[in-house]
Amino acid sequence: MKKKTLDEIISKQVERKSLAHIINTENGDEFIFANGKKTDYPELDKEIIDCIRFDRSKLVQIDNKSFFIDVYNPPLKLLIIGAVHIAQHLINFANNLNFDCILIDPREGFANKERFADVEIYNNWPDEVLPEIVIDERTAVVTLTHDPKIDDVALDYVLDKSCFYIGSLGSKKTHNARVERLSKKHSGKKLAEIHGPIGLDIGARSPAEIALSIVSEMISKLRL
Amino acid sequence: MAVSDNDIINIARDWKNNGRKVAIATVIQTWGSAPRGVGSKLLIDDLGNFEGSVSGGCVEGAVIGEAADLFKTGKPKILEYGVSNEMAWEVGLACGGTIKVYLAELD
Repeated sequence: MKKKTLDEIISKQVERKSLAHIINTENGDEFIFANGKKTDYPELDKEIIDCIRFDRSKLVQIDNKSFFIDVYNPPLKLLIIGAVHIAQHLINFANNLNFDCILIDPREGFANKERFADVEIYNNWPDEVLPEIVIDERTAVVTLTHDPKIDDVALDYVLDKSCFYIGSLGSKKTHNARVERLSKKHSGKKLAEIHGPIGLDIGARSPAEIALSIVSEMISKLRL
Repeated sequence: MAVSDNDIINIARDWKNNGRKVAIATVIQTWGSAPRGVGSKLLIDDLGNFEGSVSGGCVEGAVIGEAADLFKTGKPKILEYGVSNEMAWEVGLACGGTIKVYLAELD
């Protein structure tokens, strides 16, 4: 790979743009495919577009040539609403999984650098800050406060976005009440996309175990 | 912190900017049960430092050896590793899979 190509890949990652790095594995020729650019082979174009969509790299044979399609999709992003105990563990797991994490909680006593060293913090109400954040199909959203004043506002906003995962902490009863409140503005089909009670059922008890069940559910939604 | 594939390209850039020679090994095809998926990367520098992986640790040593050759010739190559041979010193994948790795220098 040329250093110039590597720099371009990294800058596109920062801009959250998808691309594929194509290598002719016989002679080492390479180029970057992004923004609907075309190659000399329509069949290769189609393969590349599919690879980007399904987030899978692949070796293909076209016109007796071997091309390796290496997909670079934007980093995964996790928005956490609620700087509670579970959030501390969730951020540790998500950082290890290479998510860009953002923590939102208007309560400065909860969301501060003392309690959360390794995350970008916003001490705002969700509706103040969410419009400033890119929320796309590489984004997961988790609400953890149980407080409708905070969680509902965030859910109301992100339900209209294309997040790959939305989860909300709370019992079945809490979740049913939440769905009831949000049904004034959102369809039943949309509301069914919220994972609540949140997390895979692994019998989690401690905050760390609950965080583990949440990241597990996020990954299963992304990969299965 | 563990190194994931998004980090790998940033590490490659840092190493290169520090004046090291850098080889990138990428899994380009797998058959059977291979531990790391297509696109997984291993970085190797000219001092033998490495980050990332192309397998569960079975063939990294061999790839690092190949990188030393690559730094001399500059020629990209395709490496293929299959099921472990009975001969203990043969490099192979204990999991029974086969992987194809593309090894090239960052230049």
